[in-house]
Amino acid sequence: MSEHNYTPESKFGKWFNDRLPLLTLSKHLTDYPTPKNLNYWWTFGGILTFCLITQIVTGLILAMHYVAHAGLAFSSVEHIMRNVNYGWLIRYVHANGASMFFLAVYIHIFRSLYYGSYKSPREIIWILGMIIYILMMAAAFMGYVLPWGQMSFWGATVITNLFSAIPLVGESIVTWLWGGYSVDNPTLTRFFSLHYLIPFLILGLVVLHIWALHVPGNNNPIGIDLKKPSKDTVPFHPYIVIKDLFALLLFLIVFAFFVFYSPNILGHADNYIEANPMVTPAHIVPEWYLLPFYAILRSVPDKLLGVIAMFGALFVLIILPWLDTSKTRSAIFRPLYKQFYWFLVIDVLVLGYVGAMPAEGTYLLIARVATAYYFAHFLIILPLLGKKEKALEVPLSITEPILGGSVATSSMKRQKEKI
Amino acid sequence: MSEKKHKRREFIFTASYALGAVGIGATVWPLIDQMNPDASVKALASTEVDISNVEKGKSITVLWRGKPVFIKRRTDEEISEARNVKIDELKHPEKDEDRAKNPEWLVMLGVCTHLGCVPLGDKGEYGGWFCPCHGSHYDTSGRIRKGPAPTNMEIPKYEFLNNNTIKIG
Repeated sequence: MSEHNYTPESKFGKWFNDRLPLLTLSKHLTDYPTPKNLNYWWTFGGILTFCLITQIVTGLILAMHYVAHAGLAFSSVEHIMRNVNYGWLIRYVHANGASMFFLAVYIHIFRSLYYGSYKSPREIIWILGMIIYILMMAAAFMGYVLPWGQMSFWGATVITNLFSAIPLVGESIVTWLWGGYSVDNPTLTRFFSLHYLIPFLILGLVVLHIWALHVPGNNNPIGIDLKKPSKDTVPFHPYIVIKDLFALLLFLIVFAFFVFYSPNILGHADNYIEANPMVTPAHIVPEWYLLPFYAILRSVPDKLLGVIAMFGALFVLIILPWLDTSKTRSAIFRPLYKQFYWFLVIDVLVLGYVGAMPAEGTYLLIARVATAYYFAHFLIILPLLGKKEKALEVPLSITEPILGGSVATSSMKRQKEKI
Repeated sequence: MSEKKHKRREFIFTASYALGAVGIGATVWPLIDQMNPDASVKALASTEVDISNVEKGKSITVLWRGKPVFIKRRTDEEISEARNVKIDELKHPEKDEDRAKNPEWLVMLGVCTHLGCVPLGDKGEYGGWFCPCHGSHYDTSGRIRKGPAPTNMEIPKYEFLNNNTIKIG
């Protein structure tokens, strides 16, 4: 890449850059050649970066006022809401920010699934992304425990008890996680500590995620390898920066709607009741973004197998680059995969819906069918589809379909066929 | 280097790695073990409960080690129901005689063995407890009969100090 030979214009810039090449990095980031056909589904990386920074900044502020103690946590949250200047705003941004973060990450993940962004040579980007996603779930879960309401307490109890399903050492692990014989003050303080740590781990992984992205460059809607830089690319700044900022603005409208007009709609009313170890709420549900996994957990009638299925649902995502055997990246050129993709989207939405419903009768039946389909999609359909499906012809460049065979002679042949 | 010297060098490497591994393990252990229950948590190991006000068919719930303990004074029907079950039909076969030494009093941890919720009393298809979280049904002996929970509700260590007092723990 040419920017490695970059020399700053000013004398000081040159002096500094010779010692720490930050200006070279900045030059790389602004000039970074980006496919010119990226659509708005590609703006969620930037939106996610914004979400992470928002969570870190608001979280840092909340930690100045919050007290991590089983006897004081609940009232310290009310203190933030009522007494701290703009405390209500900062807490609502943080709480709804978590939901917005997940909304964006789900769109980002499903974008990758549609356009095959997880395929060679981008497997490491995908795996880093999945680790970030798992850390996000851990951070969100522990953050939800901190207000020490009924849902906090019982959510923490149910989730930590998942580990008791492990044969032999399960009970010891749960006691170790709790720091006692039930979820209590030691659990709260360690969750606070870890909740503060994880966002910075995520930040580090985001740097690696972007680094790994900048090696092959962005995937694009037609999923072809591009020559960079070329007629098919535009520099990241200003083209992509402006597009990302515009998309962020639209995203912020949704964000602001939740924060200012319905700040509690994504939460659960029971969490405004202080934690009580003697009474379990009638209906425990996790936050909406964890519901599909919760549905998978409950659809299996055996404790250990249910836990395995739930973690397995994440594991099949991690190994996805090797499950999908098709060489064609984008679903645009995979007529069958395109349909199965939308089946999967519907399947995950159905899982999310039944995850919020009681685990009995028809709901349980639906959950079981949807769980089976989820695994079938990754373990049976994708491996077979890559071998059976006849992919459409993929253009050789982004400009080719528009300008005709200007790129290579091999595309001329196809031109003739069309005529 | 002679073969002998080479072997000596290898031995020193292996010994160094082994010592290093032991040293790291010994250093990391306190960092892990600090998360286990501390002395103040362990100190709350037992509690005494006055049961003189509990009528037949009623139950009370007390907190022990941060967990609810059900103390149920069972009716004669509930006792006979619990004792006349065919043991082979149970998912986790345990005799009621072993769970309730004094048949009138059932003392058990009110914690669902599935994922730790508190089951509701006098509910469910077997007249015992029902866990609202994921739908486990327990009978009048607190034994799992239907649903995802793998085992019966746990019986803590307890003793009758006199006719009116139970010591749990």
